[in-house]
Amino acid sequence: MTFSQQIHLAVALEGAGWHPAAWREPDAVPAVGLLSADYWLDQVRTAQSGLLDFVTLEDGFPLQSDAASGHDGRTDRVRGRLDAAMVAARVAPLTARIGLVPTVTTTHTEPFHVSKTIATLDYASTGRAGWRAQIGAQAAEFPLFGRRAPAPDPADLFEEAGDHVEAVRRLWDSWEDEAEIRDVATGRFVDREKLHYIDFESRHFNVRGPSITPRPPQGQPPVVALAHAALSYAFAARSADVVLVTPHTPEAVAPILDDLHSAQDTAGRSAQPLLVFGEFVVFLDADPAAAITRKERLDEADGTAYRSDAPIFAGSPDALADQLAQWAHAGLDGFRLRPGTVPRDLDAIVHGLVPALQRRGLFRHAYEAETLRGNLGLSRPANRYAPARAA
Amino acid sequence: MTSSGGTPLKQIHLAAHFPGVNNTTVWSDPRSGSHIEFESFRAFAQTAEAALFDFLFLAEGLRLREQNGLIYDLDVVGRPDTFTVLAALAAVTSRLGLAGTVNSTFNEPYEVARQFATLDHLSDGRAAWNVVTSWDAFTGENFRRGGYLPQEERYARARAFLHVARTLFDSWDGTEIAGDRQSGEFLAEPRPGRFRVRDAFFDIEGSFNVPRSPQGRPVIFQAGDSEEGREFAAAEADAIFSRHGTADAGRAFYADVKGRMVKYGRDPDQLKVLPAATFVLGDTDAEARELADVVRHQQVSGQTAIRMLEQLWNRDLSEYDPDGPLPRIDPDLGEHTVARGRASVRMHRDPMATAREWRELAEAKGYSIRELMIQVTGRQTFIGSPLTVAEAIDDLVQSDAADGFILVPHITPGGLGEFAEKVVPLLQEKGVFRTEYTGTTLREHLGLRPLPAFDEGAAA
Repeated sequence: MTFSQQIHLAVALEGAGWHPAAWREPDAVPAVGLLSADYWLDQVRTAQSGLLDFVTLEDGFPLQSDAASGHDGRTDRVRGRLDAAMVAARVAPLTARIGLVPTVTTTHTEPFHVSKTIATLDYASTGRAGWRAQIGAQAAEFPLFGRRAPAPDPADLFEEAGDHVEAVRRLWDSWEDEAEIRDVATGRFVDREKLHYIDFESRHFNVRGPSITPRPPQGQPPVVALAHAALSYAFAARSADVVLVTPHTPEAVAPILDDLHSAQDTAGRSAQPLLVFGEFVVFLDADPAAAITRKERLDEADGTAYRSDAPIFAGSPDALADQLAQWAHAGLDGFRLRPGTVPRDLDAIVHGLVPALQRRGLFRHAYEAETLRGNLGLSRPANRYAPARAA
Repeated sequence: MTSSGGTPLKQIHLAAHFPGVNNTTVWSDPRSGSHIEFESFRAFAQTAEAALFDFLFLAEGLRLREQNGLIYDLDVVGRPDTFTVLAALAAVTSRLGLAGTVNSTFNEPYEVARQFATLDHLSDGRAAWNVVTSWDAFTGENFRRGGYLPQEERYARARAFLHVARTLFDSWDGTEIAGDRQSGEFLAEPRPGRFRVRDAFFDIEGSFNVPRSPQGRPVIFQAGDSEEGREFAAAEADAIFSRHGTADAGRAFYADVKGRMVKYGRDPDQLKVLPAATFVLGDTDAEARELADVVRHQQVSGQTAIRMLEQLWNRDLSEYDPDGPLPRIDPDLGEHTVARGRASVRMHRDPMATAREWRELAEAKGYSIRELMIQVTGRQTFIGSPLTVAEAIDDLVQSDAADGFILVPHITPGGLGEFAEKVVPLLQEKGVFRTEYTGTTLREHLGLRPLPAFDEGAAA
């Protein structure tokens, strides 16, 4: 009997799927349905039926555009979206086991608000929240806030993002787990010795704390970051529990892992677990030729061949399972898959890929834990402010 | 439905406030549940919806309160994020309006407009926004923006903030999404959501990225009581969260704000006046009065009474005996330093005069500090048998002291159940409260006319 690594699996939900022409597919949701709660609920339930670790929900402040500067004037692509954290909250009470990881930008938002948003999502989902932290670097999004000049140095945005996550993490810990005591004898609702000022100070902002929201069920909901290069590797190594990377060959995995591990050393976080997920855009059909033809048909409808930062896979679920096994062997802990079209490719992940991985002994047959951290194999972290008294 | 005089009876609007951080909540009661777990919110919302309430309301707090330099620990402390809870509640309710206070100081209009437009989509048209301004640098310490605003700028900023938000809500008119798969035309219009605002507070432009929501925009609430607040409400709001729940004060306030609407070309019927209210029910009025007294003593412990007195006196009074007389020393009229993060300290506009009144009352009645605080702070609005309470509510509404009430039970989350079970049916029998939801949106529940698809007046 050979040892098989267990693969973690997530899907990235976005629009009608990741191909820009996905909304034109006959089985796609009608355009206005992209703004309905039921559409997102259906997708998350489908992903949950496939026992996936989590879904991510894309987001961003600017109206979608192919032009970095703002309007691209295109009328043939999906435009308009909903706030991802609120979609995740809307779905939370109606799902039970799958992790919910909305994208929330670090660039224009307040750490105090983001901290309580994700903490509250963790309460509403009883321990299934995560946060995909992302910088907002498009020139078009800065005038929406008018607080600073467009197109600042990306290094600055990543540094700010790291500070943002640090402030959020401290706020999550600013209440010890047992801070609410409801002690009738002394009339005290909380033990204020177990509430902590975080006094976070950085070049970008100061935050005093404590949070208004008690420590969330997971203690620290997992932070997820997508990273492509040195700056974002450094951010992910400093800030994330799960990093999403985009090697285009299995051979490219090892150098990325080396970069991430040395970035972790630099950040002083070598002891922290950092799960590394590979990214794929997927077009899946039992007949691999059909998947390739479908992708070509979508490209034709869109007028250009679809390209992505992530490798694009078009083929059968079985072939994808073999490929994921190979890449996992190269050192990846799991994968976030971006379905080319919804519902078809999401269904194929759940009904084709998942059974194929299960047959290979690479994927769970049932959820093993109640929380997202639990399913990712991450323990619930101790509170950074607690040990002084616990000792 | 008409009264005996032939005048149509006004329909009462009812809302339920899930209590946040206050001394109203008797958390020591064994029936008192979590203020954080989602199950409490679900239970509370579902009770309100089963009773056909107009909406559920959540207040806001962005810094833990402090007194004498320490985190205030006698009341419920801690609350979840408003938007996140309301979005989750949209999943477990289908008609109930979902209202939240979100301040305009520690947020940016683009982000807030996006969140409310999203909530309106996710709830199929049930979102409402209570627009408030914060002013204190104390709360600002939690935010990168800081936060101090001079008093005179607070409403100017709130109005500018709301104006920007409305511009954003109206930046899509609802006709932009064609979704034609054959022709490949997703948008019927190449540049939807365009906006540009330049005023004293904001200088922003771009394209809003949430298409028009079912109600067009959330229902707008206003809660301030100052001259500027009343003017703001008359000009801009759909409803007022008022403090004036008694007959005389209520009628005066009601007439005042509705009277101000004419100059804005608004129909007074399109602004609902909804005072906050608490209640204690008993089988008989006498039993309710007894129970109300017990609840007041639970709400105002000796420690709490001293803390309340400090909030007026602006001094550390921890050495005083709550069962003894009021301090001989006068309030400190300097900068308020004792209680921080608490709006109520600002209600004491003339601490010396209030102290004088309290002393006179205490002397006349022989009240201790605690007994005085029980009398002068937050006595329940409605006390009595279900019939007495139903009649009191109906009388206040029919006599134009209010259009309805926002009820805060003192037990969370179960305290609303008794009102729903016992008082609501009596109001229904009187023909003054709905027996089923007739609309799907909060605007419809409140009797507010639908917005035109595109509000020329609000567009930039």
